[in-house]
Amino acid sequence: MLALLIRDLRLATRAGGGFGLGLAFFLIVCTLVPFGVGPEGGTLALIAPGILWVGALLACLLSLDRIFALDWEDGSLDLLATAPLPMEGAVLVKAAAHWITTGLPLVVAAPVFGILLHLPSGAQGWLVAALLLGTPALSILGAFGAALTVGLRRGGLLMSLLVLPLYVPTLIFGAEAVRRGAAGGDGTTPLVLLAGITLATLAAIPFAAAGALRVNLR
Amino acid sequence: MAVLVRVHDLAVSRGGRRAIEGVGFTLSAGEALILRGPNGIGKTTLLRTVAGLQPPTQGRIEADPDAIAYAAHADGLKGALSVAENLRFWRAVFGGPPVEPALAAMNLIALAERPAAMLSAGQKRRLGLARLLVTGRPVWVLDEPTVSLDAGSVALFAGAVRAHLAAQGAALIATHIDLGLPEARVLDLGAHKAAATAPARAPASFDEVFG
Repeated sequence: MLALLIRDLRLATRAGGGFGLGLAFFLIVCTLVPFGVGPEGGTLALIAPGILWVGALLACLLSLDRIFALDWEDGSLDLLATAPLPMEGAVLVKAAAHWITTGLPLVVAAPVFGILLHLPSGAQGWLVAALLLGTPALSILGAFGAALTVGLRRGGLLMSLLVLPLYVPTLIFGAEAVRRGAAGGDGTTPLVLLAGITLATLAAIPFAAAGALRVNLR
Repeated sequence: MAVLVRVHDLAVSRGGRRAIEGVGFTLSAGEALILRGPNGIGKTTLLRTVAGLQPPTQGRIEADPDAIAYAAHADGLKGALSVAENLRFWRAVFGGPPVEPALAAMNLIALAERPAAMLSAGQKRRLGLARLLVTGRPVWVLDEPTVSLDAGSVALFAGAVRAHLAAQGAALIATHIDLGLPEARVLDLGAHKAAATAPARAPASFDEVFG
């Protein structure tokens, strides 16, 4: 499993791997919003938690279809399916690789983007905590969507439609935690619920995604 | 001789339509079986079924799924990784023998550090076949293994298969050309083509529903 993780990380960081794509997209979203809604600090601070979370969601979505599609095209997925590694393990590892290359950079860079959107300094810690707890769920749910649509032509679009509704609970609790932090309150409750969602998806989704992959490989 | 694969009265379907039926064979250690038949008869489907990638429509396959190394038309290579990196990855996944002898057996030593994207079609194929050697699995299930290989490489491949058989391995090979393996048995699938009236099954996969 470690070998698969290392390979996926290596592929992501080599030429054409798409590492940093999500981060650059996130940056562009965060710079475009002040142009769209105007530069008043008060307005921006009000909408910053929501914008940051929606931006993170979309940045994650950008690279999701690569999780399985590339391996499917070059035949690696067939070979992985016949390997001693259980399919559920492969799903988990590939989701982890996606998170490390997409989710983790967002978590690290989020405070900088928060400043771009006038996020109150009291909320910065909440933003990082919420993204850290919430983005793994985005990757693993995305792996499920990618597994369902692997092998479909223009599967990426269908995958977005399948995956985005599944992101709703993560978005609600993630943005709520940051919003409460920005208002000077305590965001622990939404954070705990966010962590619960992430743990539930980590426990259940690999089995669903592996099942979908097996059907799609037939 | 230990029987590694036993297939009874097997029928396989592709796209919800029966392709071949009534296929039965056994494959023992040290044996090679060559599947022949016209294009589209279902050789690939049969091999995928034996490899455990899809369920049989009828009949049964007795084989340890952890004994089978499958090699399809696609070699499963990453262009951004070097030849040796590709091979080391598959070795780590399958936990087989080291990569250097496999590189040597497929005449890839000189190319070891080259990115796989820079290889020619035949060199890629050789790397795909070298992967079989690092799986350490006894049963090779090969789908058209000699596509894009030149005559010298075909001989190299035949030598690798023969060495594998001598080490109590077995091989199930679908091919159109003569591999230079006179000791291999041949199974002609033409006789097992499913009757046109054979009952079709309900859609078997997402591809058929959404494709």
